[in-house]
Amino acid sequence: MRNIRTYSEVSHETESGLLEQVVEQQRRLSERLSHIRAVVAVASGKGGVGKSAVTANLAAALAARGLAVGAADADLNGPSLARMLGVSGARLADRPDGVKPAQSPTGVQVMSMEFLQEEEDAPLRWREPSMGGFIWQSTLETGVLREFLGDVEWGELDVLLVDVPPGTDKISRLLELVPSLHQMLLVTTPSETSRFVVAKSVRLAREAEVGTVALVANMTGHTCPSCGHVSELFAGDGARRLQDEADVPLWADIPFDPRLGADTDAGTPLVTTDPTAPASRALFALADRVATQMEARDS
Amino acid sequence: MKFLCLDCDDVMKFAERQLPGDGTLAAVFTCGSCGREMAMLTNPMETQLVSGLGIQIGGRSVPSQAMELTRTSMEGGRDDAFSLSEDIPRAPADAPTSDVEPAGGSRPGRTAWSPEALGRLERVPSFVRGMVKRIYTDWAQQNGVSEITPEIMDRARTELGLEGM
Repeated sequence: MRNIRTYSEVSHETESGLLEQVVEQQRRLSERLSHIRAVVAVASGKGGVGKSAVTANLAAALAARGLAVGAADADLNGPSLARMLGVSGARLADRPDGVKPAQSPTGVQVMSMEFLQEEEDAPLRWREPSMGGFIWQSTLETGVLREFLGDVEWGELDVLLVDVPPGTDKISRLLELVPSLHQMLLVTTPSETSRFVVAKSVRLAREAEVGTVALVANMTGHTCPSCGHVSELFAGDGARRLQDEADVPLWADIPFDPRLGADTDAGTPLVTTDPTAPASRALFALADRVATQMEARDS
Repeated sequence: MKFLCLDCDDVMKFAERQLPGDGTLAAVFTCGSCGREMAMLTNPMETQLVSGLGIQIGGRSVPSQAMELTRTSMEGGRDDAFSLSEDIPRAPADAPTSDVEPAGGSRPGRTAWSPEALGRLERVPSFVRGMVKRIYTDWAQQNGVSEITPEIMDRARTELGLEGM
């Protein structure tokens, strides 16, 4: 058998330039994120738990506290953050140093795939070969997310929230791009199914050594506005169980409020329309936890 | 990805890239010792896999642009998604149509666009217009061109290998 040198034994000076380009991409991303005090992922692993509504309200709450806030919608195939923050249809400014994000009425800098799509009801499609999407689609979408984070002129931010779509693989993608993620908020509900799925995300975040991992319990008890009776929407107490079993702090317990969905869907987060509602108070408390943790890390 | 000339035990150097337009790619590599050439041919899926990384085999002819991968990969991009925030300085009406300085005469400052060149730029979908404008402007500044005309655009496009821009 011939003795062929291995890949590692051959000099990198091949002039194909691939490795250098990847390194340069990572350098640009790191440089951009170096102007941001804390990158905070709002994730879950589970779908339908209210990640985007929590992200939009948390962003507005942090901005109301006087912080410079950005919000990146990592859900490329189902973007909703622009709509929820009241900047649907905004145009992005093309600048030499990057793309200037849209600014919401609450002062949040927003980047979302929604800004880029011509037709509101069109699914995201790529210029693609007619087959084999499973081979390249994940690579391409990770690259697009890298551009959302690294090619957007975020400026000097206190917090950049990243709304991560369902699936632990999407969390992994983000962690590959931002290995030094400062905080990961894992949104769950009291349901047992949610606990089962979110536990996987907790483990993933732990293994990746994310700075701070915390739970956000959403859609907990509903208080009847007429009689004050508190009723549970989900059987079980999955969020508390997860807190105890995984030893991860529960930073927020957001009661169900139909207006949270309705107002946020209308582009006016509940924390701005009714800052004293129980759900808003929970979200402001969450914002304070995020800010306090950021201060503690920086001090 | 590396190619080794087995006869010479030498790493082959990238020489040329061709994109025939059917989604495939040809990249030519040459052995620096014996001169042997080989072409790597990729099918559309393999080409897309490399493109999806936002990289170019053989290195880049122009610096990467903001959100380049997104803009060049998306179907159905919103035509007015991006606005050009910086003004494009127009050349004075009595200025010469082309102003190419001698080699080495690059000068700093903004590059003007002739009305004809701006007209051509306007025909580029705005989804990628800002990116295309910067590519031409960078090329002009690097080559000491103070005013971009359609002829300059043609020259830059040829040198940079920019099809359809």
